[in-house]
Amino acid sequence: MSDKTERYARYLPLASVSGILVLWQLISSFSGWSENVLPGPWAVASAFGELIANGTLLQHAVASLFRVTAGFYIAVMLGIPLGILIGRSLALRSALDPIINFMRPISPLAWIPLAMLWFGIGDKPAVFLIFLSSFFPLVTSTAVAVRRINPTYFQVAANFCFSRKEVLMKVILPAITPDVFTALRISVSIAWLVVVAAEMIAVQSGLGYLILDARNGLRMDYVMVGMIVIGLIGVALDHLMLQLSHMDSMAWRGRV
Amino acid sequence: MGDFITVLEDVNLEFFDGEMVCVLGPSGCGKSTMLRMIAGFEPISHGRILIDNEPVKGPSANNVFVFQHSGLLPWMTVWENVQLGLRQMEDPAEQAAQIQEYIDMVELTNFEHHFPHQLSGGMQRRAELGRALAVNPDMLIMDEPFTGLDFLTHMKMREEVVNMHEFLGKTTLMVTHFIDDALIMGTRIVVMNDTPAEVKLNILLDSSHPRDFSRNEELRDLRDEIYFMLGVNYAV
Repeated sequence: MSDKTERYARYLPLASVSGILVLWQLISSFSGWSENVLPGPWAVASAFGELIANGTLLQHAVASLFRVTAGFYIAVMLGIPLGILIGRSLALRSALDPIINFMRPISPLAWIPLAMLWFGIGDKPAVFLIFLSSFFPLVTSTAVAVRRINPTYFQVAANFCFSRKEVLMKVILPAITPDVFTALRISVSIAWLVVVAAEMIAVQSGLGYLILDARNGLRMDYVMVGMIVIGLIGVALDHLMLQLSHMDSMAWRGRV
Repeated sequence: MGDFITVLEDVNLEFFDGEMVCVLGPSGCGKSTMLRMIAGFEPISHGRILIDNEPVKGPSANNVFVFQHSGLLPWMTVWENVQLGLRQMEDPAEQAAQIQEYIDMVELTNFEHHFPHQLSGGMQRRAELGRALAVNPDMLIMDEPFTGLDFLTHMKMREEVVNMHEFLGKTTLMVTHFIDDALIMGTRIVVMNDTPAEVKLNILLDSSHPRDFSRNEELRDLRDEIYFMLGVNYAV
C-alpha cells in the first residue's frame, strides 16, 4: 500500500506541473485575454528561447546573482560574528537587542530612497539592500543559537581548561552550525526576494530590471520569462543551501 | 599529605586521598550544588572549600566532573572527546597511544569514531568516564552518574566504577540517590537531609569488595539506618 503510494508519488510533481501548463494554455486560449495581456505557454517558451539565444537572460541572471552573493556575503561576515558576541555577552545583548528588534521589521525596501541617496545608482545600493535584508535575521538567529547552547558544554570547556579560541572553535561554532545553516537558508530566500525589487529601482541590469523593462515595452512574455527564471534560481539556491546543511560538519546530529 | 575538602555553611566535611565518597540525600537538598561548588562551577557566598589547602577558585583539570546528563561534546567522536584531556601532549604518536589506552580501558574499542548519539546510554557514560580518567585528575566528581540507565547497565557500570577505583585509586566524589549504590561502592558515606543541608551521617565503610547484603549484617543494618534517616520505613 505505502509502496504503491510511494511509486505514484514520484510522478506527482510531473503531473501537477503538466496540469498547471494545461490550465495556463486553456485560460489563455479561452479567457478572451489577448496574448499581450496573458501570453500562453508557447509564446513564453519562444520568448525564453529568444532571451537565452541573445544572451540577455544570462547577463541579467548573473547580475542578480552577483548582487545577492555580495550582499549576502557581507551580511554573513558581519552578522554571524556579531550574533556570537551578542549571544555571549549580556551587556552587548542588553545594548543592541532593542536596536536590532527595531530595525528588523523595517522592510529593506523602505531603505531604497536613502540607499540611492547614499550610494547613488548602480550595484552599491542594491547590494546594501540585500545586506540589510540578511544581516538582521542572521544576527538574531545566531545570537539565539548561541544562547541555546547547553551550559554543560561551557562547563566541560572550563573543566578541560579551554582557551577562548578553543571555546569558540570547539564549542560555540560546532554547536550553532545547524541553526545557523537554517538561518542562512531562510536569509538567502529573503535576499533573493529583495534583489528583484531593488533592481526595479536602482539599476539597469538584473532580473528585476528585465521585468521592469519588459513591462515598459509591454512585453508580458518577457515579464513571465523573468518570473520563471526568478523562481527556478530561487529553488536552486534553496537546494544549494540544503545540500550545504547536509555536510560532514553536521554528521554528529544524525540524519533527521 | 591528604586531599581534604571542607564545605562550610551548615555543612562541614573532610575527605581524604583515595576515598570513594558517596553523598546521599533527598532530591533538592543541595548535594549536587555542593558538588558543583567543589568543582568550581558555582561560586560560594560564605565559607570555604579547600582542596590540598588551596581554596577553589574555579574549574580545574585536577578535578574532572562527570555530568549527570551526558557531558560529552556531541559534535566530537569518542576519540576526539577523549583527546580533550590529552591536548597538551606534544608527541602525536604518544598521544594516540594514550587515547587508545583509555578508550580500551572503558571498553569502547572499535567505537572510537562513533558520535555520542550513536552510542547507548551506558556507552556514553563509559566514554565520559574514559575522557575524565585520561586527564589523570586528582579527583573525579560524579553527579548521579547512573541516572537514566537501565537496571542491568546500572549494575554493570557500578561494578566498573568500583573496579576502576580499586585499580587506579582515584579520589572519587559521587552524588547518588541510590542508597544501595552508596553502600556497595563507598568507602565513606555521607547522608545529608533537607534544605538547609546538614550532615546527618558521615561514616567510613571499610568492608572489602565484593559487598553482598545477604552475607553482611553490618551492611544491612546500615542500609536500614539510612533508609530510616531518609524517611523510608524499610521494613514495610
